[in-house]
Amino acid sequence: MIIFKLLELFWAFFKIGAFTFGGGLAMLKLAQDVVLEKGWLQPDQIVNFVALSESTPGPFAINMATYVGADEQGFKGALFATLGVVLPSFIVILIVAHFYKQFQNSHIVKGLMTGLKPTAIGLIASAVISMGITVFFPDGFTTQIFSTQQFYISIAIFAISLFLVFFKKLKIPPVLIICISAVLGIAAGYIFDIPLA
Amino acid sequence: MNKLKKALKLFIVFFKIGAFTFGGGYAMIPLIQHEVCDKNKWITEEDILDIVAIAESTPGPIAINSATFVGYKICGILGSTAATLGVVVPSFLTMLCIFFLLDKFQEQPVVQYAFLGIRACVLALVIKALISMYKKCAKTWVSYTVIAFSVIMSVVISEFVEINTFYIILSCAVFGLISYSILRRRAKK
Repeated sequence: MIIFKLLELFWAFFKIGAFTFGGGLAMLKLAQDVVLEKGWLQPDQIVNFVALSESTPGPFAINMATYVGADEQGFKGALFATLGVVLPSFIVILIVAHFYKQFQNSHIVKGLMTGLKPTAIGLIASAVISMGITVFFPDGFTTQIFSTQQFYISIAIFAISLFLVFFKKLKIPPVLIICISAVLGIAAGYIFDIPLA
Repeated sequence: MNKLKKALKLFIVFFKIGAFTFGGGYAMIPLIQHEVCDKNKWITEEDILDIVAIAESTPGPIAINSATFVGYKICGILGSTAATLGVVVPSFLTMLCIFFLLDKFQEQPVVQYAFLGIRACVLALVIKALISMYKKCAKTWVSYTVIAFSVIMSVVISEFVEINTFYIILSCAVFGLISYSILRRRAKK
């Protein structure tokens, strides 16, 4: 039944939207969990997807929902998933907008936020770790990985990107850094004739 | 200006904002400020600060939260619907196009090699985002405890026992609330 699939997408992204505090990337860990558990995306697809999201306009959450929804159920899926991720924010803000001064000064909100803000950081850190494993050890931790060219190329491109990202004087926009790394990936792929999965 | 016209204007303004911000919510705030305060004079600079604070302490992406909030302040539910739709539609359409393109071409070696490079790069970008978030976070023992707890739970412990991330978030919220109340009570004494 297609309607159940659509509702499943809607509900999964509704939950993700409702539990994300501190902006898009904080959502990454939750989204990873849900999307992997449901088998909607593979780990490397998630990393690909983060790149796409960084190089297209708009919030990460919307991009993710649209992409996963489209991948599962085409246009309708994209619509339901996006609606799901947007609705919690929309509803909560409509409620809060009436008494936002009180909301802002509420000690309960302040208390919850003292826990929620650092959680977002911890969860992004753990998303970084699992992304790192996907990037450098796509087949798990084996000693064989050190004899593949792919491993060293990934390390090299990662080092170059780190330099470009943190070298403030250059002020390179992230989109451009992503393009540079894509070109490096293509060049390295053909030069060393890396086997494809 | 009647309500419908205002809503249409809101839609257009937030469509522009949605279409031209890369890299998520915070990048959007100066644009919102420019369009909503400086150009259209819908709300004051001071309100913008409130909006950021509210958007941060409510669930969901900053972009959606601020669009809904600004829209509501300007013309009620109609306004918030128009602004939210405006900010969502550009990314929705772009992502759909990309999805269908990718679906067609992802088997090509060029595309696969490109993603090999891109995946390594994204890691660097997310690390940068992580560091700038950490810099903005309050440097207290509560923060450190929560960060350590959520990393250990979601990376180490979840290797052995299945842990739902939702519970990690919930328990950190509760922990924050409790430690905040204790610290406040102590400060009063």
